[in-house]
This record gives sequence, C-alpha cells and structure tokens, in this order.
Amino acid sequence: MRPRLGLLLALSSLSACRADVLNPAGPIGLAEKTILIDSVGIMLAIVVPTIAAIAAFAWWFRASNTRATYLPHWDYSGRIEMIVWGIPALVIILLGGVAWIGSHQLDPAEPLASDQPPLEIQAVSLDWKWLFIYPAQGIATINQLVIPAGVPVRFALTSGSVMNAFFIPRLGSMIYTMNGMTTHLNLRADTDGEFRGLSSHFSGDGFSDMRFDVRAVPAAQFAAWIQAARGTGPVLDADGYAALAKQTTAPEPITMRLTDPELFRKIVSRSLPPGPGPVSGRPDASVSSRSGQ
Amino acid sequence: MSILGKLSWSAIPFDQPIPLVAAGVVAVVILGVLVWVFLKGWFPYLWREWITSVDHKRIGVMYVVLAMVMLLRGFIDAIMMRAQQALAFHSQGYLPPEHYDQIFSAHGTMMIFFVAMPFMIGLMNFVVPLQLGVRDVAFPTLNSVGFWLTATGALLVNISLVVGEFTRTGWLPYPPLSELAYSPGVGVDYYLWSLEISGVGTLLSGINLVTTVLKLHAPGMTYLRMPMFCWTTLASNLLIVAAFPILTATLAMLLLDRYLGFHFFTNEAGGNVMMFMNLIWAWGHPEVYILILPAFGVFSEVISTFSRKPLFGYRSMVMATMAICVLSFTVWLHHFFTMGAGADVNAIFGIASMIIAVPTGVKVFNWLFTMYGGRVEYSAAMLWSLGFMVTFLIGGMTGVLLAVPPADFVLHNSLFLVAHFHNVIIGGVLFGAFAGYNYWFPKAFGFRLHDGLGKVSFWCWIIGFYVAFMPLYVLGLMGMTRRMQHYDVPEWRPWLLLAAAGAVIILAGIVAQVAQLAVSIRRREALRDVTGDPWNGRSLEWATASPPPVFNFAVPPRVEGLDAFWIIKQRAHEPPGDDAHPAGYDDIVMPRNSPTGFVCAFFAAVMGFALIWHIWWMVALAFVGAYATFVVFAWRDRDEDVIPADVVARFDRAHLAASGPAGTAT
Repeated sequence: MRPRLGLLLALSSLSACRADVLNPAGPIGLAEKTILIDSVGIMLAIVVPTIAAIAAFAWWFRASNTRATYLPHWDYSGRIEMIVWGIPALVIILLGGVAWIGSHQLDPAEPLASDQPPLEIQAVSLDWKWLFIYPAQGIATINQLVIPAGVPVRFALTSGSVMNAFFIPRLGSMIYTMNGMTTHLNLRADTDGEFRGLSSHFSGDGFSDMRFDVRAVPAAQFAAWIQAARGTGPVLDADGYAALAKQTTAPEPITMRLTDPELFRKIVSRSLPPGPGPVSGRPDASVSSRSGQ
Repeated sequence: MSILGKLSWSAIPFDQPIPLVAAGVVAVVILGVLVWVFLKGWFPYLWREWITSVDHKRIGVMYVVLAMVMLLRGFIDAIMMRAQQALAFHSQGYLPPEHYDQIFSAHGTMMIFFVAMPFMIGLMNFVVPLQLGVRDVAFPTLNSVGFWLTATGALLVNISLVVGEFTRTGWLPYPPLSELAYSPGVGVDYYLWSLEISGVGTLLSGINLVTTVLKLHAPGMTYLRMPMFCWTTLASNLLIVAAFPILTATLAMLLLDRYLGFHFFTNEAGGNVMMFMNLIWAWGHPEVYILILPAFGVFSEVISTFSRKPLFGYRSMVMATMAICVLSFTVWLHHFFTMGAGADVNAIFGIASMIIAVPTGVKVFNWLFTMYGGRVEYSAAMLWSLGFMVTFLIGGMTGVLLAVPPADFVLHNSLFLVAHFHNVIIGGVLFGAFAGYNYWFPKAFGFRLHDGLGKVSFWCWIIGFYVAFMPLYVLGLMGMTRRMQHYDVPEWRPWLLLAAAGAVIILAGIVAQVAQLAVSIRRREALRDVTGDPWNGRSLEWATASPPPVFNFAVPPRVEGLDAFWIIKQRAHEPPGDDAHPAGYDDIVMPRNSPTGFVCAFFAAVMGFALIWHIWWMVALAFVGAYATFVVFAWRDRDEDVIPADVVARFDRAHLAASGPAGTAT
C-alpha cells in the first residue's frame, strides 16, 4: 500500500494549495473525494508495478545486454494469458462495485438524510449569469448564493437559454441545466465559509465571467440576510426577467424581490421565452459577430 | 440578397491583426510553394504521379502529409491558447472571447478530424495492402475520392480563418448554442459543411479498408495469419462504417435546423438537446477507438520488430481488439453523467466503460511480454512505443477514474478531463502515429529518417507533454473548468505558466521533427536502404523493394504462417537464385490513375463554400459539376493499365540482387 500512501501525501499537499475538489466542505464533496482517492489507489496498485515492469523489461532485455536470455520463439503462455486477463478483470470488478454503490449513494437527485427540512432553491443559467430563486422566501439573486450551513439544500435547475452546468467545487456534484427541462441536485455545506461557484459547461463569449459567490452562514445570519433582502432591491417580474435574459454579464451580485412564486415554472414551461441570444440588427451578425463590434 | 449571398468585404477581418497576419503568412507560404513548384516544372509530375494517383501508397503518403501540415496549424492554436491562459489572470489577455472561442474550437476540430484521422488512415492505406501481400486496396479510385474529400474539409476550415469566422461552440457544436438563435454567424456552418464533406470521405475510406482486409489476401494469408496492424485496421474501419453515418446524420439534423427551420435540437417547438448529446457521442466514443486501435496496431508491429520476437499472445490480442471494437458502442453515456440520468443508468454505463480497460490492459501486458526474452533495440520508433506504454497507462487510469460516476461529478468538463484526453490522444494516437512514421518512412521513400533527431524530438515531446498536461490534472482538482478565456484565481496561475512552458518544450519537439525530415532528405544517400528491409522486419511489407513498385509485389508472396516474411527469410538460407519464382512472371493489370477524386473534391469545396455563404446558384453549379464528374468516370472506356511481364521481371531481379540472399535474418 506504499503507492497509496504516496498518493495521499501528494493529494494532501495539493489540498494545501487550494485544490477545491480535494478540500470539501460538505458531505457530498467528502464522499466523492473518498471515492476519487480510493479508485486511484486501487488502480495504482496495478499501474505502478506495470510501469516498473515496462522499465525493467525494456532495460534488461536491451540488445546490448549479453547476460539476458534471448527467447526468439517464446510467444505464448496460457498461464500468463490467464493472469493478464484475470488481473484487470478483478480490478474492474472491484471498481465496478465502487461505481455501482457510489452512483446510487451519490445520485444528485436523491434528497440528503437530515432531521432538518431542506431549503428549496431554484437555479436558472442565463446568458451569462446565474439567477437563484428562493421561492419560499420571496427573493431572488444574481450570481450570489447564500445558504445556511448544516441545512440540506434542494436545487431545482433549468436554463433560460443554452446548456450550462452548475458547480460548486467544494460542495461536490455538478449538474447540467437545459432549457425546458428541470434537473435536481442536493448539497449541504457543513461549515461556514465562502466558496467559488462556477459554470462548467461552455455557453458562449461571456462564459468566463459567469460565476457566482457562495456563502454558507449560520442559520440566524441566513434569516437576517433574507429579512434584509426582502426589504431592498428591485422587483423581479416578467419584464425584469426579460432584461436579465439578454446577453450580458453581471460584474456585481444583485439581490431582488420576487413577486411571482411561479417564475421558475414559467421559465421551464417556456411561457417566459428563452434568452434572445446575440442582439439582432447588429451589423453583419449573420456573418461574423466579430466584425462590426 | 446579393449575387454572392451573405459574402461581402465585411467577412474579411481587416480590423483584426492576428487572423489577418496569420492568413497573410499562410497565403504567402502557399503561393511561394506553388510558384516554386511551377518554376521547377514539377506540376506535370505532381498531377500525373500524385494528384491523380489511385495507388494506395501515394494516397497514404498524401494523407500523412495532410495530417502533418494540419498538425502545425492545430499546434499554433494550442500555443495561442496556452499563451492566453498564461496571460489572462485578472486581465483579458491578448485574445478577446470571440476570437479565443474560435481558437479552441478550431484546435479540437483540427486535431481530431484533420490530424489524428488522416494520419491513421494514411498509415493504414499505405501499409495494409503491403502487409496482406496484395497489389492495391479494394476500390482504388474510391480511395482517391475519400482522400480528396478529407482534404476539402481541411481546406474549408482553413478558409474560415480569413473569410468569415470559425465556430465558437467548441469542437462539438452542442445545441442550442450552435443553433441559429445563439450562433447566427457562419462559423457553425463552416464546421458543419467541412465535417459533412470530410465525413463522407472517411466513410468511403472505411468501406474500402474493411473490404480490403476481409477480401484481399495473398495466397495462404488466412485471417489468423494477418499481422496485428491488419486486425486493428479491420476493427477501426468497422467502427468507421458503423459510427460515421451517425455523425453525418446528426450534423445533417443540425444543418436542417439552421438552414430550413427544422427543430431537432432547438429550444422551441419540441427540439431536444439531449438527443444531440446522445447521437453525437454514439459517434464520438467509437471515434476515439477508431483513432487508438490503429495506433495499437502500430505498437504491436514496432515492439515485436525491435524486440526481435513474435508478438506475444497474438490470438489474445486479436480477441482484445475485437472486444474493444464491440464494447466501444456501449459506453457513450459516460460523456454526460452529469446530465441528470438516474443512478442505474449512470452506474451501468460507468461499469461498461471500465470493462473496456480489461482488453486494453491485456494489450499492454502482451506488449510487455513481447519484450520479455527479446533483444530490444532503442530506435526512435521503439522509443515512441515505450513512451506510449507508460503514458497511456496513466491516461487510461485517469480515464477509468472518470468512468466512476461520483468522481466524474466533480471532474467533468474540468481541466482534469482535458488532461485525460490529451493524455490518451497524444500519448496514444499521436505517439503511435509518430512511431509508424519513423517505422514505415524507409518503406515509403527508400531511405531512413535520421534516428538521432528522431530521438531528440521524442524526448522533447514526452517531457513537454508531462510538463504541459500534469499541471492540467492539478488545475482540474483545483476546480478550474475548461475553455476559460480569463480567470482571477491566483492559485491557478503558476500551474498555467508551467503548462505554457510545456507547450514550448513540445514546440522544440516539433522543430526537431521538421529538422529530422530536412536532414534526412539532405543526407538521403547515406541513409539509403537498398534491401527493402531496413529493420529486419517480420511482415510482408518488408518483402518488396523500398519504395515498392506500383504493383507492390512482382509475384504474390506465399504465406505459410504468422510473421510471413520472417518465415520466408528463415527458409531461404540458401541463395534463392532463379528458382525463387519458378513459375516466372505474368503481366500485371493495375487500375489507371484518375483525376475523379480531385475534380470531385474541387466541386465539393466550391459547393461547401457556396452553401456556407448561401450562394445558391454556385451550389447548383458545383452540384452539376460533381455529378458530371461521376458520369464521366462511370462511362470511362479504359480503367486499367497493363504492366508487361518483362518490366516486372526486371524489377524483381534488381530487387533480389539488392536485397542479397533473402535470408539475411539472424
């Protein structure tokens, strides 16, 4: 198990330099990190000896080594064939078990076991910003996700334009967003903190700026934030949504009051139309949007 | 709508120095080459011997040349991306998003479709008929059409550099981003028509090679006496025949959406993007095995030759190859575990993906035992093979890791994924291509490549590869996603700078390869091989002269076992004399050269360009031209040339004299 130890050392030094995936802040991310490390460990147990054997055979049997035996006709051994089919098969049976159990335990749509009721958040990927709707709390935000630490969060996600993916590396599991469809994701932050949230599926020119801040805060602070948000900020209605759906980036997070609790359903059902894409009427947009900009 | 459709002067990016200067340089180079060729008076030669050639060897060489030129183009894109990400910390770098997005899309499209594919198809074209001991592929003119259509696709992608734009959606145009609503420009159309045209070329070449391997054999060449490379060619081309129509159909659906207002993948009117994902990867996953299987074949030949031993576990290798061929169609869903499928679906496709690692692992072990008890010679080709074995194991390991759905949930679309597929495509396909290039070059041209410079390029490539891509694994674990034009996470910066340095080391490798070719041509007399068998080879391509005559073999070789040429050499310790071919020589009938492929491709290029720019009269004209070419070809009067027996005899006596007693094997 020495390779595994080395791997752990290498990976922990990585955590020190802020490898978000290896430095989880919630149960999903933690379980996924464990599976990641275990799987690599299992495979290294066969990969490292094989690499060593490649180096050793290639060196020992070099043409200039007169001490090496030359077996010009040795091209089959049933016993070796059995081993070379058997060992990879055994490794894959083991890893297949990991994959089967892991897929079921970490199914993104599966609610997390908890004695607390989950917080419902609806996420919409737009061009090029994230809209988060807190239906029960009556607020919505752009590029800012505030969640209570220790409370499971149940996300329903869709896209207001092209495909995208929602990902908070330190909390685990990403999921795609698609127009006209809803995907589900369950996450929880176990500690307070600020995490990076990002788009992990390319969505056009503004993609690199399409990221969001995640703040996990104690329950009391979360309640206070909701309270404050309800009292301030612009109102998000159909017109406000149409403005958001245009191709722009949002350099600063925005907090808004939600008047229509059915907003998410209307986006999914397309009674609010998908984002318009590039502004039409721009010179030569149909040829190359780089000219005339 | 004007007579030139959407085309106008605004399509040329006069305000953008980078593409304009790049295009200018390319134009000057192309023009310079043309003028040089013209002044030297080489045009008739090129037309007669290469452009209209239906000889599988010539076509194979042209495929490889295309791949190497496009490799330079794709690599320039790569360097530009690495430079952009090295600079774009808290800044916009030097490439604005609308340009950067074209660069990464073009890089992927180029490298897969116009580097990896033609390189592999070129090697298969050149080698397989020789290894099978036959005179040509099954359909020689079709072969020429296939090549020129591939070249047409590459041409259209390169035209997009100057006229209009290339796609900005990534190398796979995921809708709805690639739909008219979100990509109104001509970039996606360039992509789609290029791949529709070159996809037809690839399909033709697949049909051709499958038929060749199944039906054309020297006497005595049973299936289980075929060299490993022929088996991997069969598997790879079966996959082409099964998978490329899916690509063509899927892209055709997207074209219908964009041109005729259909709704296969749009947001509106019942379009479904998930259907595109499934279809594109139902082609896309077999595609990676289409690329890697021939590389596996190359390594099997090279490792066995330079270990001076038969391939270990030949039947096991055949079984593993065909297992991979079948299994590769059962795993496509692992490209979108994060799309929200249920746990059962994800787990089943995850496990299916891992199962492919079993036959692949078997292959690695069999190459390992091929070296056991051998006399390993470290030629450049062998170094590429050893580098492959180590690198591919690492890439395979991260691939199996990504096949575990919960691990994929945090690594998907990250730079970890980018590192993984470069790990297997550079470490597998490209190293295989370079191994084959070094190994078969003397067969194609009659002189060896400079071995020292070959080794320099190998070391630069492999070191550069590790320096460039290991940081990407780290960045993936740090949560950096792919295709970012700029970023503001300070921890990422050092790794991106390191990766850029790696790309520079790879550049040194490419420079060494260019130098290797130039030096080898200059010193070709010193590197000349007159025997036709410079490596003491084992399969039939080494039984004829280098370069082989148009008819390949004076008399079809008799095959009495695996490693057919090795057996012939073992047998012939006594000088063969005149009774080498007691039956004497016959006239040989060979297919006539034909400009059909080139002319077809010319019209296809015009038609593709006209379709992209909506110049409908030109579309019609080009279609009529292409159809007329076909009619002229179909009603040709003469399609074969006869090579008289005395010419064949003269060639064969010269070859036998030059190669000495055929039994120089030790």
